[in-house]
Amino acid sequence: MSSQLESGAPRYVGAHAEDRQSYWRRVDWWLVISAAALSGGSAVFVWSGSRADLAPADDPQYFLVRHLINALIGIVLALLVSRIDFRLIRAYTPVIYVLAVLSILMVFTPLGTTIAGARAWVSLPGGFTLQTSELAKVAIILVMALILAEKRDAEDGPRDRDVFLALVLAAVPIGLVFLQNDTGTALVMLVVVVTIVAVSGARRIWIVGLIGGGIAAAVVALQVGLIQEYQLARLTSFLSPEGAEDAAAYNATQARIAIGGGGMFGRGLFQGPQTQGNFVPVNESDFIFTVIAEEAGFFGAIVCLALFGVVLWRGLRIALGADDLFGRLVATGVVAWLGFQAFENLGMAMGIMPITGVPLPFVSYGGSSMFASWIALGLLVNVQVHTAANPSSGRT
Amino acid sequence: MSERSTLRLVILAVLVVSLMGTLVARLSYLQLVAGDTYRAAAANNSTREVVTPAVRGLILDQRGRPIVANRISLVVSIDRIALSREEDKGEDAINRLAQALGRSPEGIKDRLTACGQEGAAKPPVCWDGSPYQPVPVAKDVDPETALAIMERRAEFPGVIAQLEAVREYPEPFDANMAHLLGYVGPVSQEQLDAQADSSDLARLRSRDLVGRNGLESQYDTVLRGIPGVTTLAVDTAGRVTGTISETEPVPGNYVVTHIDAHLQAVVERELEAAVERARSLGNAGNSGAAVVIDVRTGGILAMASYPTYDPNLWVGGISKRDYDELLESRALSSNAVQGTFPPGSTFKPITTVAAAKEGYNLSGIYDCPSTYEVGSQTFRNFESEGFGPISFQRALEVSCNTVFYRLADEMWLKAGGNAATVDAADPIAEAAAAFGLGRVTGVDLPGEAPGLVAGRTEKLKTWENRRDNWCSDAKEGFPSVRETRPELADYYTALAKENCLDGFRWRNGDAINASIGQGDTAVTPLQLAMVYAAIANGGSIYRPHLAKALVSSSGEVLQEIEPEVTSRIDDEVTLAFMRNALAGVTTDGTGQSSFEGFPLDEIPIASKTGSAQVFGADTTISWFGSFAPADDPRYAVVMMVTEGGTGSGTSGPSIRAIYESLFGVTGGSVNPRKSVLIDGAPSDLLPVVRADGTPVVPGTTGATP
Repeated sequence: MSSQLESGAPRYVGAHAEDRQSYWRRVDWWLVISAAALSGGSAVFVWSGSRADLAPADDPQYFLVRHLINALIGIVLALLVSRIDFRLIRAYTPVIYVLAVLSILMVFTPLGTTIAGARAWVSLPGGFTLQTSELAKVAIILVMALILAEKRDAEDGPRDRDVFLALVLAAVPIGLVFLQNDTGTALVMLVVVVTIVAVSGARRIWIVGLIGGGIAAAVVALQVGLIQEYQLARLTSFLSPEGAEDAAAYNATQARIAIGGGGMFGRGLFQGPQTQGNFVPVNESDFIFTVIAEEAGFFGAIVCLALFGVVLWRGLRIALGADDLFGRLVATGVVAWLGFQAFENLGMAMGIMPITGVPLPFVSYGGSSMFASWIALGLLVNVQVHTAANPSSGRT
Repeated sequence: MSERSTLRLVILAVLVVSLMGTLVARLSYLQLVAGDTYRAAAANNSTREVVTPAVRGLILDQRGRPIVANRISLVVSIDRIALSREEDKGEDAINRLAQALGRSPEGIKDRLTACGQEGAAKPPVCWDGSPYQPVPVAKDVDPETALAIMERRAEFPGVIAQLEAVREYPEPFDANMAHLLGYVGPVSQEQLDAQADSSDLARLRSRDLVGRNGLESQYDTVLRGIPGVTTLAVDTAGRVTGTISETEPVPGNYVVTHIDAHLQAVVERELEAAVERARSLGNAGNSGAAVVIDVRTGGILAMASYPTYDPNLWVGGISKRDYDELLESRALSSNAVQGTFPPGSTFKPITTVAAAKEGYNLSGIYDCPSTYEVGSQTFRNFESEGFGPISFQRALEVSCNTVFYRLADEMWLKAGGNAATVDAADPIAEAAAAFGLGRVTGVDLPGEAPGLVAGRTEKLKTWENRRDNWCSDAKEGFPSVRETRPELADYYTALAKENCLDGFRWRNGDAINASIGQGDTAVTPLQLAMVYAAIANGGSIYRPHLAKALVSSSGEVLQEIEPEVTSRIDDEVTLAFMRNALAGVTTDGTGQSSFEGFPLDEIPIASKTGSAQVFGADTTISWFGSFAPADDPRYAVVMMVTEGGTGSGTSGPSIRAIYESLFGVTGGSVNPRKSVLIDGAPSDLLPVVRADGTPVVPGTTGATP
C-alpha cells in the first residue's frame, strides 16, 4: 500500500511543490513586507498609546500582544484569500455580498453596539466586537468588479445597465453604513465605487454624474435640514480648530500639537507628553499616527508614509498588470480603499481632513480593520499571483 | 484591456501620488516648520495644578495669646469671566445677588471693577487681584442665603459660595492693635508679575491672600506657609489620568511678638482717655499715639495709635462705604510710626547731651530769664515765666526754655554764626542724629517715617527746593492776600524776599528753636520712645522690635529675634545726670501734677513733658516722655496727643495710669502681682505652642487658635 502511494505520489507531490514554489516566487514581496512592516512596527506605538490609559494596570503590554495577534490572524487570512482559486471567488461573490449586507443589518438588531457615536459594531460571543462595514468594503469591491467585468457590449466599457446595477448593489451597504452614522466608512466606500466605475471604462457621464450627484446630494441634504448645522460645523471645524469649542475640534488641536511637538527626531518611545498624558483620544486606533509622529518624529512618520507609498505603488502595478478586467477592478478597488482611507486618517490627524473616525489600515489597533486590511492585501496578492501564473500575460 | 481603463488607472496613480505629496508637505510643516510652537503648546497642556492653600500662621503676644487667628467663613465670590459670558454681562445676576445679600448692586459692581479701569473706585474697594481670580464680594454670609444662591445656580451665573479660612482678630482684653497687625488682601497682579516664571512651590498664585499692612505684611513670607500642590495629568475630557507629584501644604509659621495684649489694651484705653481729656479741655485732640518699650531689649510691649479702626472690615474685602469712612477718619496710618511731629520740650535731654559734649557744666548755675533776645527777635519762656539763676537739673525740671536758648545761641556762634559753612559743627543736630532721629528706627513694620533733624544741611536742602517759589512770591507780593489785608501781604512779601535771598542760612533763631524741639525738627512717637529708652538703658539705641521669635506651627522655635543696638551714646556721666534730673521732673517739676500720690519713692519715674507748637494749629501737641524705674529702668513710655494741650495736663494722667498697670500700683501701694504683666514683668521665655499648633495661653486650660 505504501509502495503504491509512493509510486503515484512523486508526481502529485512534485506538482504540488512546484505549484507552491511558484506561488511563493510569484508573491509581490515588496507589497507583503511593507504591509507586514506597518502592522508589526505599529505594535510598539499601540503599546505606547494604550499603556497610560486603556491597558490594565497590571498588564501594560495587553494591547501590544493583542495587536500582534490580530496582525498574525490578518496575515493568515491574507494567505488564505490569496490562495483561493480566482474563479471560486468570482463564483462566491454573490454569496459574499448577501452575507455582507446581512451582517450590516445585524448592527440594527440588539446585537449591535454603538462605539464612538457610530452604531457600526456587532457583539460576538466571547466579548469580541466586529465592525461589519469593514468587511462590507470587500463585498462592494467584489460585486462591482464582478458585474462591471461581465458582458461587454462594447470593447471600451461596461453597459450602462450594468453600471446602474453595480451602483444599486453598492448603494445598499453604503446607505446602511450612512444610517449607522459611520460617515467616514461610507465616504471610503463612495470613493471606491467611483474609482471602480472609472477604471471599468464606463462612460465619462457616469463619473461626472457620480461626483456631481454626490455634491448635489450633500447640498440638498444641508438645505432640507437632513444634515444639521452643527454636523456641518463639526466637519469643517478642522479648518480652524483653535476657535471651536466642539470636542472634535479639541481632538484636532491636540492631535496637531502631538504631531508638531514630535519635531524632527521625536520625543522617544513612551516620552511623548501628548501621548502619555492622554490628550489625544483613541491614539491606539484612529489617532495612532499622532503617537508615531510624536514619539518617532518626522523620520518615523516619513517611514510610515513611505511604507504606505510602497503598498499603493505595488497595488497600482498589480492593477495595471492584471490580465483580466475582474482582477484589475478588484486590485483598483483595494488600492482606492487603502489609499483613500489612509489619506482620510492621516489627513484627519494632521488637520487637513475632517474628523471622521476611520482607522489607519494595517496600523490602527482593532481586529475588524486589521483583518479587512489583510484580506484586501490577500486579494491583491491573489490577482498578482493569478496574473503571473497566466503565461499569456506580460508584465506592464 | 481597454485603453480607457488603463488611462484612468494612470490618472488614479497620479491622484495617489499627489495625495501622498500633500501629506508629506503637511507633515513637514507641522513637524519641521512649526514644531517649536507645538512643542510649547504641549508643554502647557499636560498637567493641571490643584492648589491646597496653606493655613496662614498665627500672630501671638508674648504670653502666647493669639492676636491674629483664623476662622472659617462662608464667602460669596463672583467669577468675572463667567459673568462676562452672560448676554447682559451679568447685570441681572448682580441685581439678584445684591437683593439676596441685602446690598446695593452698585457696591458689588464697584468691587468687581478692576482698579485702574475707567470709572473704577479707589483701591482697595476696586479689584486689584488677578483677573482670573473670583472676586469675594461678601463674607460671613449666613448659610441659608448661601444655600439659596447655590441651589439656583442658573439665576446666579458665576456666583460661588464656599467656605474659606479668613483672618480673625480675637482682640484679647479688647485690644484692637489694628495698626500693628495690618490686614491681608488679594495678591496684586504686580506681585504676581514680579515673580515672573518662578516655579517655586511657595510662589504666589492668583488666589492667594497676602499681608497688606502691619505685621501681616512685614512677616508675610513667614506667615504664608507653602501651599500643597498636586500636579495631575489631565486628558481631553478633563479627566484625571494620574498624579505626577503631590506635596502636602505646610502651614505658615507663627510670629511671637513682644506685645502684651493686656498691657496693649490698657495703653489703647489710656490713649483714648488722653484724647478725651484734651477734648474736655476744649482742644481738638485730633489724634495721638502711645508706645511702651522694654528698654533692655528694644522690644515693643505696646503701641497704640488714635484714631483706630476695626481690622475685621478688611476680612473678605472692604466695602466702598467702609473704606471711605476709614479714609475720612484718617485712621489708616499709624501715628506712632508713620506720623512725624515736633517733639517740643521732650527734645531738651538731647540738647543737654549736646551741651555737655560742648563742655557745659551740668552742675553749674544757669540764668533763667522770662525772655531771651536775639537781635530784633524775642524768644519767650512758656507763659513768660522766669526763674532766675537755677541749676541745670532745675532747668530741666521746670523746662526753662531760655536756658536752652542761650546754650543754643552760644553753640551756634561758636560754630561760626551766620558765616558758618554748611558742614560747620552743629552739636544739637549731631546729638539728635546720635539718638537715631532723622532716620528710620528699623522697626519691623512697613511704611515707617524717618522724621527730620533741623540743621544747616536740611535748611539748605529746603531752600534749594523752595527758592523758586519764595522768589516768585516775593516778586508778586501776594496779590490775593493784598486785596483784603495789605499789611499782612507786606509781611509775607518781606518774609518771602528774605527767604528767597537768605533762606539757606542757618540763623541763631533756627538754632534756638531747634534746642527746644521746635522748628523743622520732627520725630515719630516711636523714635522719641527709643530716645528715652536709650537714656534709661545707658546709651543703647535699640532697633525697636515687635517680633520676638518665629515659631513653627508645630511649636518648634525657628528663630529668636535678638535685641540689636543700632547706635550708642557714650556719655554715661551725662546720662546718669539725666536719669536723676528727669526723676526730678516727676517729683518737683512739670511732671509732678500727674504723679501726685504715686509711690515715687518705691518706683521713681523719670519724665519730661512737652507742649510743641505747630504752625497753624490752635493749640500745642501734648507730649510726655518717660521711663521707669528711674534708678533701674525697665520701661520707656511715650504718649502724645495732637492739638492736645500741655504734656502734663493731657498725656500725664494716662502715662501715670499705664505705669500703675505695669507695676501693679493701687492707691499708694505697689503689688507686682496686680500688674497687667504676668509675674509683674515682660516674659523672658517664649510661649509654648503645642505640636497641633495650639498655643498654650496662661490662665486658660485650653487654647484658642
